[in-house]
Amino acid sequence: MIRLYRELKKRGVLGLNARNARYIMPRNPRRYYPLVDNKILCKRRLVEHAVAVPELLGEVGSQYEAGHLANKLADLDEFVIKPASGSGGDGILVATGRYEDKVWHGSGGRLLALSDIEYHVSGILTGMYSLGGQIDTAMIESLVHTDQRFRQLAPEGVPDIRVILYRGIPVMAMTRLPTRRSSGKANLHQGAIGAGIDLVTGLTLRAVMSSRQVDLHPDTRHSVVDFQIPDWETLLTIATRCFEAIPLGYMGIDLVIDQDHGPLVLEMNARPGLAIQIANDDGLGCRLAAVDRLDNPESRSAQERLKIGLELARDDWGRK
Amino acid sequence: MTRLIHWLLLVVALISVGLSIAIYKHRVLGYPLQSEHIEPTWIVQARIQITPGSGPIKASLKLPTTTPGMGQLRENFISRGYGLTIQETGPAREAVWTVRRATQRQSLYYQAVFYRDAINQRFLPRPGFPEVPSLEEPFQTAMLATVEEVRRQSADIATFTTSLLTRINSTAPTEELALFLNSPDYRGQRVKIAQEILAGARIPSVQVNGFYLADASRTQPVRWLAVHNQREWLFFDPATGQMGLPENFLVWWVGAEPPIDVEGATLVDLVWSIRRNELAALDLAEQRSAAHATWLAPFSLFNLPVQAQSVYAVLMLVPVGAFIMILMRNVVGMPSFGTFMPVLIALAFRETGLLAGLVMFTIVVAVGLSLRFYLARLHLLLVPRLTAVLIIVVFLMVLLSLASHSLGWEVGLSVGLFPMVILAMIIERMSIVWEERGPSEALKEGLGSAVIAALAFSVMTLALVQHMAFVFPELMLVMLGLTILMGRYSGYRLSELLRFRVLARKSR
Ligand SMILES: Nc1ncnc2c1ncn2[C@@H]1O[C@H](COP(=O)(O)OP(=O)(O)O)[C@@H](O)[C@H]1O
Ligand SMILES: [Mg+2]
Repeated sequence: MIRLYRELKKRGVLGLNARNARYIMPRNPRRYYPLVDNKILCKRRLVEHAVAVPELLGEVGSQYEAGHLANKLADLDEFVIKPASGSGGDGILVATGRYEDKVWHGSGGRLLALSDIEYHVSGILTGMYSLGGQIDTAMIESLVHTDQRFRQLAPEGVPDIRVILYRGIPVMAMTRLPTRRSSGKANLHQGAIGAGIDLVTGLTLRAVMSSRQVDLHPDTRHSVVDFQIPDWETLLTIATRCFEAIPLGYMGIDLVIDQDHGPLVLEMNARPGLAIQIANDDGLGCRLAAVDRLDNPESRSAQERLKIGLELARDDWGRK
Repeated sequence: MTRLIHWLLLVVALISVGLSIAIYKHRVLGYPLQSEHIEPTWIVQARIQITPGSGPIKASLKLPTTTPGMGQLRENFISRGYGLTIQETGPAREAVWTVRRATQRQSLYYQAVFYRDAINQRFLPRPGFPEVPSLEEPFQTAMLATVEEVRRQSADIATFTTSLLTRINSTAPTEELALFLNSPDYRGQRVKIAQEILAGARIPSVQVNGFYLADASRTQPVRWLAVHNQREWLFFDPATGQMGLPENFLVWWVGAEPPIDVEGATLVDLVWSIRRNELAALDLAEQRSAAHATWLAPFSLFNLPVQAQSVYAVLMLVPVGAFIMILMRNVVGMPSFGTFMPVLIALAFRETGLLAGLVMFTIVVAVGLSLRFYLARLHLLLVPRLTAVLIIVVFLMVLLSLASHSLGWEVGLSVGLFPMVILAMIIERMSIVWEERGPSEALKEGLGSAVIAALAFSVMTLALVQHMAFVFPELMLVMLGLTILMGRYSGYRLSELLRFRVLARKSR
């Protein structure tokens, strides 16, 4: 046990306590939390800073509106409804096409009637999915169609890419591939595959599913290792620019690649999970320490920060 | 850096203040560390019987003041129709009863309660050197010769005294000592002889009168000899020369005078009696701290009315449970519903017992959960749905009580003590986790909660913990210090060792 503890320490694996005490608490000022915890505010902020995001099609803020969604959804064939303050993929409802008037195709071949959607939205509003059960807003977002090149890797659902930004510098990344088990959502604890990404090349390193190492996608038997993430440079650039919009010292950026709009920022997280370390087979601790050795990296431009990050990655974070 | 120092100082300060108060209460005030601890106390009574003369009567009795090794709890004077004053002259104290006239034979009582108190070693102040007494010849020469002789064979004042007493008690005393022992003035008064000779060596000494504390309906005071060696008082048994007061010796008064003095009446009898009494150490400590008016006395929870006491007996356990919660979440990393929910469940277990509590908890949650899934189909809004779950929980609790009562299983009745709102919240939260993250996650969190609750319960019901929490509420400061200490624990959680163990295996 103690050996395991020392071994993890040596490899710079970051634990939850250390993440909270050493990075989140000192580096993430509370005043920015509402901006990331509320996806609508976050989206607005990103748009102001010219960062591409999936379009916001509508907001539902009151129970009355929730009971009269027909108008709002009349012209929409496909859309995503999610709680503005949701997390962990909870409460996300995806409509992929119209079946008939007031009925849509949902994920996993389910049909969604208008009344189902209205019930779901009213659940969101009462705070069923928000942190601490506060009253929430539901957002209607345009459906992202995954880029063709990416889709072969994850036929079901929308895979996303998570980049950890520390003091504005990208330090670690992974892609999360939905599986049938995760019912199309790209959240790891729901059964999605996480694959670490080499920051320099954009190639996937190794993949884990529920903390077990996997090489093949369980649904397609397609290899998920050594896969070239499309538009890698652009993805990293966009992610790095998010720091200008909301300067949280330690955050996770979720991106998707749309076939029409290219890379988009889906959301930002002020408390990104630690499973990314398993997917990358490396601890975050030493990478964060390498950034901390820099002098005031926050003051650099996005371009410079990206360059610094890639340089550090090439140097194996000062371990060479 | 300053934040770190600030934090450390706060932790150290809280823990040391809490611990010092607790240790002070234990060591000095005698608060016991165990609830069943029993301490003996002694009630010593003096009964004075007098036959009045024709005029006014005045009776004075020497009262205990400095009692090394013993502490006094309280005293009572029983003397109908007498005026009572307490005269204090220096360290000595006297009760003086007076009455203008009395007719019949009278009894006056004095009672005091004593307990053992090893910390209290206070005795008389440091005395001056006595003058060498001038006795009649041949006593003067005998005294000086004895001083010479004893001094030659002793190293210090303690050995001088011991050696002197051994000589006095010897079956074949020296000629000089035999002179004293056989004279009518000194016969049988070993302490008096010893004091004369000690004064001859300019060693200060006093006669000490007291009692061996043991049950006795009629006992006599015993004389001891106290000698000052310029640092402290040393006590000697004049019959053996042995040094050191025995544990159960109570010093009552000092000096060669009798303890009682009666004017205007004849003293018929003075009866000393001693009765041993067992007192729970806790009550003793309470009475002591009240009797000595320590600054801590007002802070004791025992000052509260009994009913409030039982409330606080439970409340003081909550921090203990919450601390276990911290350990389980931040050090072990066990998943649970809500932050303090398991602690509240653990409190409920106190009433039901662990096993019965777990069984009932599982039944209520399981049945409530299945009904909640049924409700989900009706598309109810959150608050009405929560209320519905709450009503179902209450209903289930009633049913469970009725069923177990008719089966003669009386523990089932205590299910009513479960915090039902909390149960309703658990059911609601569990059903959401169940739907969103799958049954395994929900069961994991449910099981985690039950385990933490069971653990918190086991610790909170330890007799030692309950006793300490209630008797030493200042230990809460220690809990606070430890909590703040834990607040900056940034090491791995046990569950993370498991989670990240794949990362440890191969080093790159
Ligand atoms: N607009 C969208 N189109 C398609 N899929 C989406 C969309 N929004 C979210 N998702 C899916 O849901 C997952 C979680 O969404 P996200 O916005 O990150 O919410 P959360 O904070 O709950 O993680 C994403 O990884 C993606 O797979
Ligand atoms: Mg996300």
